[in-house]
Amino acid sequence: MAVVSISKQAERDLVDNVRRTIIVVAGALLVAVSLTACSGSDNTLTVYSGRSEELVAPLIEQFEAESGLDVEVRYGESASLAATILEEGEDSPADVFFAQDPGSLGTVAGAGLFRELPVDVVAPVPPRFRDRDNRWIGVSGRSRVFVYDETRIDADQLPASEDELTSDEWAGRVALAPTNGSFLSFVAAKIILDGEEATLAWLEAMEANGSPTYEGNLPIVAAVDAGEVDAGLVNHYYLLRLIDEGGDVNAVNHFMDGTTAGSLVMPAGAGILVGGGEDASTQFIEFLLSEEAQAFFADETFEYPLVEGVEPYPGLPPIDSIATPDIDLSSLADVLDRATDLVAQAGLL
Amino acid sequence: MTVAPVADAARSRPESEAPPGRRAGRILWAFALISVLPAVVPLVSLVVRVAGATDSAWSVLFSARTAGLVGRSVLFTLAVTGSAVVIGVAAAWLTVRVDLPARRAWAVLVGLPLVVPSYVIALTYLASFGPRGLLSDALGRQLPSVAGFPGAWLALTLSTYPYVFLITRSALLRFDPALDEAARGLGASRVRTFFSITVPQLRPAIAAGALLAALYTLSDFGAVSLMRFDVFTRVIYAQYQGRLDRTPAAVLAILLIAVVLIVLWVEQRTRGRATYFPRGPRGIAPSIPTSRRAKAASLTFLAGLVTAGLGLPILTLTAWLVRGVARGDELAMRWGALTGSVAGSGVAALIAMAAAIPVAVLTIRHRRRASRWLERGVYVIFSLPHITVALAIVFFAASYLGPLYQSFAVLVVVYAVLFLAQAVGATGAALLQSNPHLEEAARGLGRTAGQVMRLVTVPLVWRGVATGGALVFLTTMKELPATLLLRPTGFDTLAVRIWSSANELFYARAAAPALLLVAVSALPMYLVMRRAGEPVVRS
Repeated sequence: MAVVSISKQAERDLVDNVRRTIIVVAGALLVAVSLTACSGSDNTLTVYSGRSEELVAPLIEQFEAESGLDVEVRYGESASLAATILEEGEDSPADVFFAQDPGSLGTVAGAGLFRELPVDVVAPVPPRFRDRDNRWIGVSGRSRVFVYDETRIDADQLPASEDELTSDEWAGRVALAPTNGSFLSFVAAKIILDGEEATLAWLEAMEANGSPTYEGNLPIVAAVDAGEVDAGLVNHYYLLRLIDEGGDVNAVNHFMDGTTAGSLVMPAGAGILVGGGEDASTQFIEFLLSEEAQAFFADETFEYPLVEGVEPYPGLPPIDSIATPDIDLSSLADVLDRATDLVAQAGLL
Repeated sequence: MTVAPVADAARSRPESEAPPGRRAGRILWAFALISVLPAVVPLVSLVVRVAGATDSAWSVLFSARTAGLVGRSVLFTLAVTGSAVVIGVAAAWLTVRVDLPARRAWAVLVGLPLVVPSYVIALTYLASFGPRGLLSDALGRQLPSVAGFPGAWLALTLSTYPYVFLITRSALLRFDPALDEAARGLGASRVRTFFSITVPQLRPAIAAGALLAALYTLSDFGAVSLMRFDVFTRVIYAQYQGRLDRTPAAVLAILLIAVVLIVLWVEQRTRGRATYFPRGPRGIAPSIPTSRRAKAASLTFLAGLVTAGLGLPILTLTAWLVRGVARGDELAMRWGALTGSVAGSGVAALIAMAAAIPVAVLTIRHRRRASRWLERGVYVIFSLPHITVALAIVFFAASYLGPLYQSFAVLVVVYAVLFLAQAVGATGAALLQSNPHLEEAARGLGRTAGQVMRLVTVPLVWRGVATGGALVFLTTMKELPATLLLRPTGFDTLAVRIWSSANELFYARAAAPALLLVAVSALPMYLVMRRAGEPVVRS
């Protein structure tokens, strides 16, 4: 037929144009995808890090420089990354899971997704800071503390344990970070030590007492220092970071001596995933336990080094002097989701 | 966010074109559907997944805490929308109708806070106020912190009033002053004239602005999170990050989507059928003369807005940057964040441009029931809070996408689908402009239809496509929640950098990327103003 409908002709031209654009874009996409895919070569180590980028990125860079490996890090909250690993299962792109708390590590271990670590690798770390089956290992220690504003609280009013904080005296004065991994591990430890009922009662009492909630430990410490709130339950090292940044600091750490969950010493740690490359991953774990990395934890992140012979930051009480309760950290994972449930049930989450 | 009116304009056009050839139509439809499915399928699978986890899902859904969350989110949205409407309408009226000095310059300045992402506004207010804030230091006295409701309300009001302002202003500029004059002539006071004549005529514009402000507020994640104010988006993210069980996050996401759909539905229902436009030749509205005192008050109000929405954020960021440099902090810009932002936004813009053409052709040239639904779908996706779509994709990708899971490809496709409406709007506007007189003229001059297409239609459409691409590019640069959830391991953007630094309270480190982002975002503002037919820079 010689006569073609005009609008059809126009239509066809337009469709051609659309098709051409799409081919170009599809090409660009393909290149992008293959670039992404290529980055997963043998020289790459993929780490899921529940530790924040602002803190551990320099350490990762040191490791890259020394090992010649490329390290890709996915940052997030420890619990969320643990959930991600559970969804991914054995196909997880991660080689190593570097978490803030034993609970998240134990969850992954419990799902059978960690490899057992070689005995000679874990040997330098005391047994109480590693998994009972060596599926994960603690690399740095942190203590729960009661941080307070010394202009508002006298030393003789300081609590001996978190259980005192539900009284009227503390109403609205003690900040909590309910979504934070360390806080949830503390709650999990409390469940193990005091039982579910008592823990829920404590959480509910804290909620009823008007305890303000914050995003994480650091915002609490900053708020205490700024006079926004009188005190908070946090890990010990955030205050040291604030002091290190200079300026007058009003906040002070109080290590409670009641041998309750409130003075728990917990490790941040790491494990190798079953689908992870063994050599590079082991190298990374060994690096975390090296004197260099341990000194980094002591001096840069102000945590307790867990390997003998490396001194903690000046002014910190010795790790063995802290009144930490005696619990098996491997069992924290079993109650971690219960801890979250109780926190939510108490209306804090 | 500025493209919705184009679709309205399309509705009033006669359907002049012949239906497409069957094959061409099918190809167009195939492409159009491909461009919305990446959002639709994961959302459906999210609902299915939640429905499967009945026990914990129901307990989340019917808890007192969830009820409180819904109430708080809705009230917060109403509060922000209310203040944004009051401020936006007042500023528009002042810059159009009152004989203030340098009115056009004020108009540009008052709209400019649009270029500052809400989380950057929030960050700068957090860093300025509070006993240890920059402003407290500068004034030598302790200011209270703005965290919580006041800060979130302030940040979002400053981020949303420009939408109301821009839309109301362009309506006022097209406004027929005859009725106002008649009312005044009949003895009505100025105030009465404003409320009983001007405001009713502006109602469609104000409603459109209010809708944008409300949707923006419901979707906002960064500002409310930094301000620690528990509305939907923040709680969804906290549940997702803090729990091993992801069902609660999914349930709340679905609930938030339901709230957004209800807002859209209510807006559809209540939108008046009547149209308000000048019936005769357009008159030029005379400026209202004002006393010196009223002028001073008006200028103070406008200056206050510009200071709060633009001046203070920029000054704070600059001060932090200077302070950080002076203290010898590590401020080295991470170039990976910049290249990540540019690469992600660039590829997303290309995809959106390609996808926009078939959708625009179908919705503008071939308006039928199906294409109207397609258009509606595109705009609904645009209205959904990104965190809900991202969450749906996280679930979907982990289960069904295999190697694409956590890939750059998924991230950019999600960006493109989320912002497709912008590209469709701009492309549609260009299509409308190219039709039909120019084409007829060219035909009358002896060109064949094919030549007309190539020489007239396509060049005009391409300019619209490019504008749409630019809008998508720049909106993607600012995107935060979807990027946080979907970014590939090791992939970084400016927005993520700002977020991560602000969350760890390293305000100085957030300053450089934030200033860069603001500078880059100034460009879509320019495009928006130009598209609204406003001279941006007065010569």
